[in-house]
Amino acid sequence: MTAVTPAPPGTAVDPAPAGVLPPGRSPGRSRLRTAAGFAFGAALLFAVAPLVLSDFRLALLAKYLCVAMVAVGIGIAWGRGGMLTLGQGVFFGLGGYAMAMHLKLADAGPGGMPDFMQLYGQLDELPLWWRPFASPWFALPATVLLPMAVAFGLGSLVFRRRVRGAYFAILSQALAAAMVILLIGQQGTTGGTNGLTDIKGFFGYDLDDPVNQRMVYFIIAGTLLALLALTRQLIHSRYGELLVAVRDGEERVRFLGYDPATVKLVAYVVAAGMAGLAGALFVPAVGIISPALIGIVPSIEFVIGVAVGGRATLLGPVLGAVAVAWARTALSERFPGTWTYLQGLLFVVVVAFLPGGLASLWALARRRDDGAEPAPRGWSVLGRRRAGRTEVPAA
Amino acid sequence: MTVLFGQLFTGISIGAVLLLIALGLALTFGQMNVINMAHGEFIMAGAYTTYVLQQSITGAGLSLVVALPVAFVVAGAMGVLLEILLIRRLYARPLDTLLVTWGVSLMLQQLARDIFGSPNVQTRAPEILTGNVALPGGLTIANNRLFILALALAAVAALTLALRLTPLGRRIRAVVQNRDLAAVSGIATSRVDRTTFFVGSGLAGLAGVALTLLGPIGPTMGTNLIIDAFLVVVVGGIGQLKGSVIVAFALGVLQATGEYLTTLSVAKVIVFVAIVAFLQWRPQGLFTLRTRSLA
Repeated sequence: MTAVTPAPPGTAVDPAPAGVLPPGRSPGRSRLRTAAGFAFGAALLFAVAPLVLSDFRLALLAKYLCVAMVAVGIGIAWGRGGMLTLGQGVFFGLGGYAMAMHLKLADAGPGGMPDFMQLYGQLDELPLWWRPFASPWFALPATVLLPMAVAFGLGSLVFRRRVRGAYFAILSQALAAAMVILLIGQQGTTGGTNGLTDIKGFFGYDLDDPVNQRMVYFIIAGTLLALLALTRQLIHSRYGELLVAVRDGEERVRFLGYDPATVKLVAYVVAAGMAGLAGALFVPAVGIISPALIGIVPSIEFVIGVAVGGRATLLGPVLGAVAVAWARTALSERFPGTWTYLQGLLFVVVVAFLPGGLASLWALARRRDDGAEPAPRGWSVLGRRRAGRTEVPAA
Repeated sequence: MTVLFGQLFTGISIGAVLLLIALGLALTFGQMNVINMAHGEFIMAGAYTTYVLQQSITGAGLSLVVALPVAFVVAGAMGVLLEILLIRRLYARPLDTLLVTWGVSLMLQQLARDIFGSPNVQTRAPEILTGNVALPGGLTIANNRLFILALALAAVAALTLALRLTPLGRRIRAVVQNRDLAAVSGIATSRVDRTTFFVGSGLAGLAGVALTLLGPIGPTMGTNLIIDAFLVVVVGGIGQLKGSVIVAFALGVLQATGEYLTTLSVAKVIVFVAIVAFLQWRPQGLFTLRTRSLA
């Protein structure tokens, strides 16, 4: 371990366990293990869950899986890239609103207008910026491309000027605040605080029908698995290693001749696209999108699941997000006040004392079995920093 | 002309509130690189302190005067407690302090809900502060806004003098400029950190007292203010106070002008875009402390 200069103020050195393939484990075995894992996950989601769970619980699971999609994106941007994005709700919302606008227009029929517009806005005709969303050929790509475009715009401005760490986190949070205030303020065309509600149809299918709800669940589960496969390819690629390198030593990467701004931008845009897709699928699953679902508080709640599961792992964010969302439903139904305390405590305990999330406990247990792998440097289960920084093992 | 001055004063008054909140953040964020999201709940603590004091002290004017120092100490003590229990362990991980203190703020909000109830409560303002000052030319300025402006400026003045002239201020500046060098020179940096945190959190308590004059007190009153205040510190540049002072008033005026020309919601977006544009020009904030660190 070479001597490392102490982190200068302003650079947020935020070590997380480098989940890159550990030395001594052959790629072939790892690939086999991943394939088996995917098969197991697919069986669980497609066969076991629909058989075991009631329609109501399955709809809840569909909602959790949407949150998990956002979590996968945060895992890339934050866990791998070190960018704590507290504004994923914005991208979730953009995707959700794009989808909801299309479904609302489809419900209203050709030439019709969404019900709330006459109510609040007293509008005689559809606002200009709503019109393109009548076409599914515009609306569906927009659910992903719109969030990506916004992330690209903000990211390219911010990363190029080396705004990072806490500065970036606060800016991303301010974006969420601005978006919510804008949505509420423009009540006549956005539905205001209520959001876009009462969505009945999904491309010709009646969403009140339990069979169609099941179909939506299967679409969501399939999308999540596809995103996980994509993410796995991404983090095991050369780009994935570069991203971890930027997280752990941005200046070093710059001196090696790479442009860290581009590396970070790609991760941020990908995370935004995933959040947008999640928002788009959330709408048919739950039937509503509103500012309360995308503001500052929900944006930061997306992060807690990722932290609980293990921010730098592939499956950690998914499992963490589903677990936290499930615990929230289970507990807040019975004791609403207690859940808030528990959620606060979860933030404190996990982030302060278990920054690698539950995945680091798992890794610890497995390491004890093998007895071979050394712990990643600069990183311990209790979160006390050891001397030096996280070192990325060479692949 | 009257409208222009009216808007200008509204902006300055928004800026004064922002400044009171941002001062404490500038201290803790600037010195320790700690992002304390629970700062908003220290504001709330200050506001509820005023409310509790009014239950026993009937005179609204007297209770306000008593509330100022008491709220400072209450919020400051909460800050020190937070520093000792959690933040001290997280100095090397600034982004994690953000999430941890967010968790603390959730718990404090729920605590306030359990103690004082979810509905907002109201305090009585002293009679002196309910009127208006009439200026020549048909202008009127609300007394409570004027009081907050005076309080903010007094806090800035006191803090600046303390940092410049007192031994404690010298130690704080030394730690901000070069922590390692300060430590080898015999300064107990952890004790300085704790004192800074006390003062920074105490300032949030003062802001809380000031806010009782403007509106109702509720468990989530801090959440929305805190982000704007953090933006002030980010744009002002960390490590010194003058940037925060200038930016607080500038953002206040921009917000008020934007609100006058468009609507509240559009004004928020204008402010955000202006901040991102500004950071293109000065990514480290308006004023930066020059250090030799590789940043």
